[in-house]
Amino acid sequence: MPKKPDAQTPAPGSGTADEHTEADLYRLMQAIYSQYSYDFRDYAGASQKRRVLKALAQLGYPTIPALQAAAEQDPAVFMQLLQYLTIPVSEMFRDPSFFLALRQQVVPVLRTYPSLKIWIAGCSTGEEVYSLAILLKEEGLLDRTLIYATDINPKSLAKARQGIFSLASIQGHTANYQAAGGQQAFSDYYTAAYDAAIFDKSLRDNVTFADHSLATDSVFSETQLVLCRNVLIYFNKKLQDRALGLFHESLSRRGFMGLGSKESIDFSAHAARFEPLDRPERIFRKRED
Amino acid sequence: MDIQQVAARHAVEAVVIGASAGGVHALLALLSGLPEHFSLPIIAVLHLPQERDSRLADVFQQRLTMTVREAADKETIAPSTLYFAGSGYHLSIETDRTFSLSCEEPVNYSRPSIDVLMESAADAYGASLAGVLLTGANFDGAAGLARIKQRGGLTAVQDPAEAQVATMPQAAIRKLRPNLILTLERIRQLLIQLDHNHANT
Repeated sequence: MPKKPDAQTPAPGSGTADEHTEADLYRLMQAIYSQYSYDFRDYAGASQKRRVLKALAQLGYPTIPALQAAAEQDPAVFMQLLQYLTIPVSEMFRDPSFFLALRQQVVPVLRTYPSLKIWIAGCSTGEEVYSLAILLKEEGLLDRTLIYATDINPKSLAKARQGIFSLASIQGHTANYQAAGGQQAFSDYYTAAYDAAIFDKSLRDNVTFADHSLATDSVFSETQLVLCRNVLIYFNKKLQDRALGLFHESLSRRGFMGLGSKESIDFSAHAARFEPLDRPERIFRKRED
Repeated sequence: MDIQQVAARHAVEAVVIGASAGGVHALLALLSGLPEHFSLPIIAVLHLPQERDSRLADVFQQRLTMTVREAADKETIAPSTLYFAGSGYHLSIETDRTFSLSCEEPVNYSRPSIDVLMESAADAYGASLAGVLLTGANFDGAAGLARIKQRGGLTAVQDPAEAQVATMPQAAIRKLRPNLILTLERIRQLLIQLDHNHANT
């Protein structure tokens, strides 16, 4: 073996050297919070770091402090950075078995209510919203349901409001829809135009899209069902606890909560306040106090 | 290459392993010979064909004495345990040595990605990490292993001559000069030596 392998020391100020990066990230999140009131300070660090480094590379800033300075000066730069700090990946009927379980185990109870309120927290670009609306329509519940679809990213919310998704991704969504117990042809719900699928406007007649932060805002309504899938994984334990506390507070007596397929409440302070209804599908029910 | 000498220079507290094509076989061969008292945590990303719920942990638990499970979000890393990244999510290690999951876009066409695990593990463990890359048909893991080396951790790559598919180990060898290039048999000896040193500190 060669004597001493050449050490790969990062160039000074390259933005990839360690404690520097941690400290730079901390300062960046502090600055964003104090200037724009977006609170990313309690996001899970590893993936946040990856996303910021990606933003540096793609937006063309040499260091995190340089990006910070630009974002502080120019709200447009901050808006660009926000697209990296939030995670806009989503598909329709993601984890079809979850939607099937919702249909089979939760809908029968929801049916007993004269009117319903549902909160989709962290709705991103809206795929989950349209999926749920389709499910509720097929179950005859959409007309008496009000859906609050919330997110912190105004660009994502604007896209969600439009309900236009890429036609290229429709094939996957269609397979998911069918596996989720869909009762129609999926194409009944959208119009294809060039490379886009434009979803039926009536699906969002009862949807309110709104800006809401799980990190800084409070509960705005009582709801019977909260869906928050693959959002909590980007939070640290403290912020997860905050979010779960909001969901608990929002849910009416014996209300339902659906999380992402690998999310858990086991490590949360609120674990005992929910009971699993379908553990593999991550559907929970609020316990009686 | 002297395993003992290299092992003596690294006080390792955790091992991360990446493997792709041929990986189930290689990883079973590597780990089934570990002694019962082996105490270092091992965190593995093994690419598998897309399927929702991977049975990897079950398959390995049936054959190994150490505890095997899928790494859960926010779980604290425990000794004497083999963790697998679940399918469809990236697995990272936070600086407080807990796991976190993410469903961001695939890296190197892979989710979970070996690079994502290794880069975050390098940040969390610094020099007290060993990274091992085995057989595979893509380039995932090379950047992660480079990061581990950059942080002063120990890097070992399966001998491409032995690997069922040499692409992945070769990509890593080209990208960095790993501390060791070894057969599975010798990687196992290395792990045992690292665990031995760890137990005696």
